Amino acid sequence: MSARTYKWIGTRPNRPDGADKVTGRARFGADFNMPGQLVGKVLRSPHAHALIKSIDTSAAEKLAGVKAVVTAKDFPEQENITVPAGEMQVNLRDVTRNIMAREKVLYDGHAVAAVAATTEAVAKEALALIKVEYEILPHVIDVEAAMKDGAPILHDHLRTEGVEPKPTKATNIAKRIDFAKGDVAAGFRKAEVVVERKFTTQPVHQGYIEPHAALASASEDGQVQVWSTTQGHFQVRGFCSRLLNIETSQIRVTPSEIGGGFGGKTVVYLEPVAIRLSQKSGKPVKMVMTREEVFRASGPTSAGVVEVKIGATRDGRIVAAECMVALQAGAFPGSPVGPACMCSFACYDIDDIKVVGYDVVSNRPKVAAYRAPGAPISCWGVESAIDELAIELGMDPIELRLKNAAKQGTKTHYGPTFNRIGFVETLEAAKSSPHYQTPVKRGFHRGVAAGFWFNVGADSSAAAHVGEDGTVTVISGNPDIGGSRASLAMMAAEELGVDYEKVRPVIADTSSIGFNFVTGGSRVTFATGLAVVNAVKEVVRELKIRAAKIWEVEPEAVVWENGMAKPASTNVGEFEPLSLSQLAAMAGKTGGPINGHAQLNAQGAGPGFGVHIVDLAVDHDTGIVTIDRYTAVQDVGTAIHPSYVEGQMQGGAVQGIGWALNEEYIYNAKGKLDNPGFLDYRIPVASDLPMIETVIVEVPNPSHPYGVRGVGEVPIVPPMAAVGNAIARATGIRFLDLPMSPPRVSAAIDAARPKMAAE
Amino acid sequence: MKEARYTAPETLDEAVALLASANGSGRVLAGGTDLLVQMRAGTAKPGLIVDVKKIPEMTTITEKDGSYRIGAAVSGAVIGEHEGLRKAWPGIVEAVNLIGSTQVQGRASAGGNLCNASPAADSVPAMVAAGAMVTIQGPKGRREIPAEKVNAGPGRTTLAPGEIVVSFTLPVRPRNSGDAYLRLIPRTEMDIAVVGCGVSLTMDGDRCTAARVSLGAVAPTVLLVEDAGKALVGSTLDDGALEAAAAACRAACKPIDDKRGTIVYRTKIAGVLLKRAAAIAAERARSH
Ligand SMILES: Cc1cc2nc3c(=O)[nH]c(=O)nc-3n(C[C@H](O)[C@H](O)[C@H](O)COP(=O)(O)OP(=O)(O)OC[C@H]3O[C@@H](n4cnc5c(N)ncnc54)[C@H](O)[C@@H]3O)c2cc1C
Repeated sequence: MSARTYKWIGTRPNRPDGADKVTGRARFGADFNMPGQLVGKVLRSPHAHALIKSIDTSAAEKLAGVKAVVTAKDFPEQENITVPAGEMQVNLRDVTRNIMAREKVLYDGHAVAAVAATTEAVAKEALALIKVEYEILPHVIDVEAAMKDGAPILHDHLRTEGVEPKPTKATNIAKRIDFAKGDVAAGFRKAEVVVERKFTTQPVHQGYIEPHAALASASEDGQVQVWSTTQGHFQVRGFCSRLLNIETSQIRVTPSEIGGGFGGKTVVYLEPVAIRLSQKSGKPVKMVMTREEVFRASGPTSAGVVEVKIGATRDGRIVAAECMVALQAGAFPGSPVGPACMCSFACYDIDDIKVVGYDVVSNRPKVAAYRAPGAPISCWGVESAIDELAIELGMDPIELRLKNAAKQGTKTHYGPTFNRIGFVETLEAAKSSPHYQTPVKRGFHRGVAAGFWFNVGADSSAAAHVGEDGTVTVISGNPDIGGSRASLAMMAAEELGVDYEKVRPVIADTSSIGFNFVTGGSRVTFATGLAVVNAVKEVVRELKIRAAKIWEVEPEAVVWENGMAKPASTNVGEFEPLSLSQLAAMAGKTGGPINGHAQLNAQGAGPGFGVHIVDLAVDHDTGIVTIDRYTAVQDVGTAIHPSYVEGQMQGGAVQGIGWALNEEYIYNAKGKLDNPGFLDYRIPVASDLPMIETVIVEVPNPSHPYGVRGVGEVPIVPPMAAVGNAIARATGIRFLDLPMSPPRVSAAIDAARPKMAAE
Repeated sequence: MKEARYTAPETLDEAVALLASANGSGRVLAGGTDLLVQMRAGTAKPGLIVDVKKIPEMTTITEKDGSYRIGAAVSGAVIGEHEGLRKAWPGIVEAVNLIGSTQVQGRASAGGNLCNASPAADSVPAMVAAGAMVTIQGPKGRREIPAEKVNAGPGRTTLAPGEIVVSFTLPVRPRNSGDAYLRLIPRTEMDIAVVGCGVSLTMDGDRCTAARVSLGAVAPTVLLVEDAGKALVGSTLDDGALEAAAAACRAACKPIDDKRGTIVYRTKIAGVLLKRAAAIAAERARSH
């Protein structure tokens, strides 16, 4: 733990955006309006897979009040090239087809046309007047079915990448990847106990409360303004620039407050369409998705199949591990199978590892990032298997993990060797937590699981402006999803030695600050935090120069302490310290405004580890699982604002519990989504869960001045296995498939005791 | 959206006349927690809306010689606060109060729950188990039918055009009677019953002397399961009798596989809930 003592870091001041959010003044995506704006609406495919024979928009165009109609013809063809989007990679040729279907519709809800009209009613009427002639094709939803020979093929041009010799046949398997360390066959020969299982998961939606929304205004001179709810307005600018052939300097994107994203708002759906409609109609166009559209057409995360094999010696040393992960990418290639493979065994120091992954397309919405994309899927398999191993060996599940824990110097199977990490400390903290130290209540059972996420650095820009009264504006370019404004302001206040209240953080639009990669990968407090610290350092350097000028000494003879310039030693001379506000007041006479800027590509993001503990009961008659107690333990590096760190840990845990117990997409035989709403797509409600307890572990990241690691993604990795492991101990049944919903749990219990089943 | 005309008559006669004049495009509006949702989704497109919340007979709860009459448009919140009903018919009150959330409770009515004709409606099995009689008024006057006779299938009722459900009349409660309603939902609230089960019974010492059992969400309409009631009557609610009643419940199920549950699961749960609801009803009967 860090020896430094801080004034602001680690405290819990109010968040700068708090008052506006609790009073309803904050503006979210749908709250932006322009005079004369039109309403944009999207026509969506009713089929899971069909050729588009023709689209006739003439009747819609003639309807009074309709000002523009667009189809794929209004969007230029794109090259077959891959660019980063959030933590995922996307292919521009595919992105333009996802925004507006071209040759084919590839999933129920796929956009085929859009209209802009004076009112929503007219827009809806116009949609009904657009005639689309489809030739329905056989479809495939399930990932394993999509991999089979003879499965309906989504893309005729697709050949499996990463296989030698290069296949010649069209397939739904877009890519094969593999990772290896040591000799896995030799490793398994040393094993005395082997656990081998096949697990599956269902796709789950990020479930953000705020639907996608965008307002676009294209001027006659070619300039475009966009207001949208996004995790990355620079990404929105980049996508729109590419997809519509507009120079980036001509597009100005302002992010709204964001009502949740969890990775799902790192891609574009509406923005390019709204711009095109605005260009065609000459009016601003506003588009807001309905919840049904969000479910049918915006990215969930993948479904997955995970085959795990783990071998250990009787004393609990894991000697070999193997895993196959096949992830469904949705309609276009690009599932998070890479991170799924890399995270699979990252928690453990194992000599011989082999991991193979497949990226598979099927007739569902293209997946988007969701908290630690891919990791929860592979870890559901791996952490369940580890638990089974613990049971077989008769070992405490935390002890087994401690015995095999990755630490500084452990070489991962995907390449890097870990620098300072805190998995051991996290396991120890879990072991000594009040929860683990309390015996399980009668009728309840306990499960434990661990999880890992890399955390990300990447590009950030920031500025710090000193006002004439000595207060400070911190300007950054990452939408604030989890309280990052507060954390950035706290780091700035700490660095500058001034009051938190004197620092006002703002999030600038794309034209007002340099490039910032998306808010994703748990990177903002780390990478943008680093940029803010560097910008403030520049301010401090400038302040010392100004004090030196006033005192007529060398800048090196001035130190900055507690928000004041002081002589470095008595040798420099006798000077009264100069405060920030004094220096700010004199700025005009000492060289002009005092500002700092920084831009960087942050390296050394600190990997994060979490351990979750759950006590639950299973109703053996109904299959209903009741969670009694839940604790999330995590190494966060340094908790800049512990409340928001805890909030991230709790939120991730709750989303993971929903994934474990009830969330799933239900498709009918025709491939149409049957549950596009929160009534039947069951995320947990507040009364389902106890307060999630948190234990913050702080093993500072050596690559950050305040030791920050990422926080937001690790906590969604362990919950599925933690819940499954507890259910296994409650029922004696190892659940292999998610969700562990009441009908499935009940059926499994009945199958295990056939005598007592219903007749 | 087509414009809908809104009216709020103060008498039943007026309401019936308005509905009759609407050529089938009229809809009764009670709490609106189904109707307004359906209008928003575009599945209901009424030309005339007849709000019945200004009609006193439909918005009050009265008691006469131990028999309660609940106006069809009384909200769940009002029913939940009624001391007399809570004592005499705790199963009905808990069923009505399960509908939606606090916000929904301020509006949702038992009449709307019945006339919306969802097989999963929560208050209906409790009403059926209780032996509630439903008073209906229409162009041809008044009639009374048992609650289980109102629904004809999902979204369909036996009401003739222009007919309005006025109230529910509950029978006089013998001593040592109790009722209970249980539903299974995957979450703890804001969900639709996968199975619902209402039980109403009367005990004489350890022996059950009368019992009615009703199931929701296992068939196109809410069911009165007479065989389950018969299996309980005369017994001490011992395991054998409960299992026989549970078996009768399972046999009565004609569920579908859908996003809310499977045939196998619904059938099994019908028996599970019967046993649990019967135990609660018996406990209430003994202490009453
Ligand atoms: C968020 C939410 C949660 C819900 N949860 C539940 C739940 O847990 N359980 C459940 O059972 N339901 C639930 N519902 C559905 C709904 O709230 C109930 O069915 C409620 O009882 C309907 O009553 P209402 O007074 O609002 O009916 P309304 O919407 O006013 O009417 C419903 C239908 O009945 C007709 N109607 C109403 N009154 C009469 C009458 N007196 N005579 C003839 N026809 C009439 C209307 O024309 C309409 O077709 C929920 C709804 C929402 C929005």
